[in-house]
Amino acid sequence: MRYRGDQRVRIAARLHEGHHRIPGYLKGKTGRVARVHGSFPNPETRAYGTDGLPRQPLYLVGFAQRDVWPDYRGPAGDRIYADVFEHWLEEA
Amino acid sequence: MSEQDHDHDHPHAPITESDEPAFAVRARALEELLIEKGTIRGEDVRQGIDWLVSRSPADGARLVARAWVDPEFKRRLLADAREAALQLGLDPGPSPVVQAVENTHAIHHMVVCTLCSCYPRALLGPPPDWYKSLPYRSRAASDPRGVLTEFGVELDDDVELRVLDSTADIRYLVIPRRPPASERMSEEELAGLVTRDSMIGVAQPAAAAPAGA
Repeated sequence: MRYRGDQRVRIAARLHEGHHRIPGYLKGKTGRVARVHGSFPNPETRAYGTDGLPRQPLYLVGFAQRDVWPDYRGPAGDRIYADVFEHWLEEA
Repeated sequence: MSEQDHDHDHPHAPITESDEPAFAVRARALEELLIEKGTIRGEDVRQGIDWLVSRSPADGARLVARAWVDPEFKRRLLADAREAALQLGLDPGPSPVVQAVENTHAIHHMVVCTLCSCYPRALLGPPPDWYKSLPYRSRAASDPRGVLTEFGVELDDDVELRVLDSTADIRYLVIPRRPPASERMSEEELAGLVTRDSMIGVAQPAAAAPAGA
């Protein structure tokens, strides 16, 4: 587990060929680790018939909605969370 | 290329004979190929469908109603919803983690899967069609308060709205707020107020019946 709870992280903005398990709207966005879920088989390799090993650490990452959508209409406290595999995270 | 002259050499039923939607035709073609290759058996597909349609939101509602009347159970449900479901004799399904989240006066959760249609099927049954639709999947992320308004939920600005985008192995179940004036209701009666949509976070539970009704 490379990241810990409440740590600031950024979603990698890199391109990715094939099966993709990071929502495009979060690429390049900065948030905080809300929960460390544990490790799970990697769906991006499992999609091609492998066992998805080694397991990848998975985190719940929270973002301020206004950081994700510049024209977000709701209050500043609104947040959006997504489950993100470690290989999509960078230190921020 | 037309649908008739595609180029492969395995036999299958004509794929242009019905007016099925394209997705249904594609799913059937995949199923035939997977059976032909020995990856699955036709029986597996039937059993999977039987399992899915045997699930219903009544199971999730039992968890919520128990949590409303039993704070210790609510604590366990929030800590490990799989274990809590098993404790009530419910099948939490194949997902390794089911995470319950609690709506309060200060925080409202709603669930979406922007990548596909991840959903706690074991506890809520098949997802509603709108949950799988592109408009819900995009707008629940970018304009969740607008979506909630369309579902009839108006949140005050001082309520923190938390959208959970269910993008991996975790399945999320919302514990809605217990309705006002429901103090005298039994656990079973309370379960009857817990709607599917309230456990997705796009609706409040049904209102309690007036006293004496």
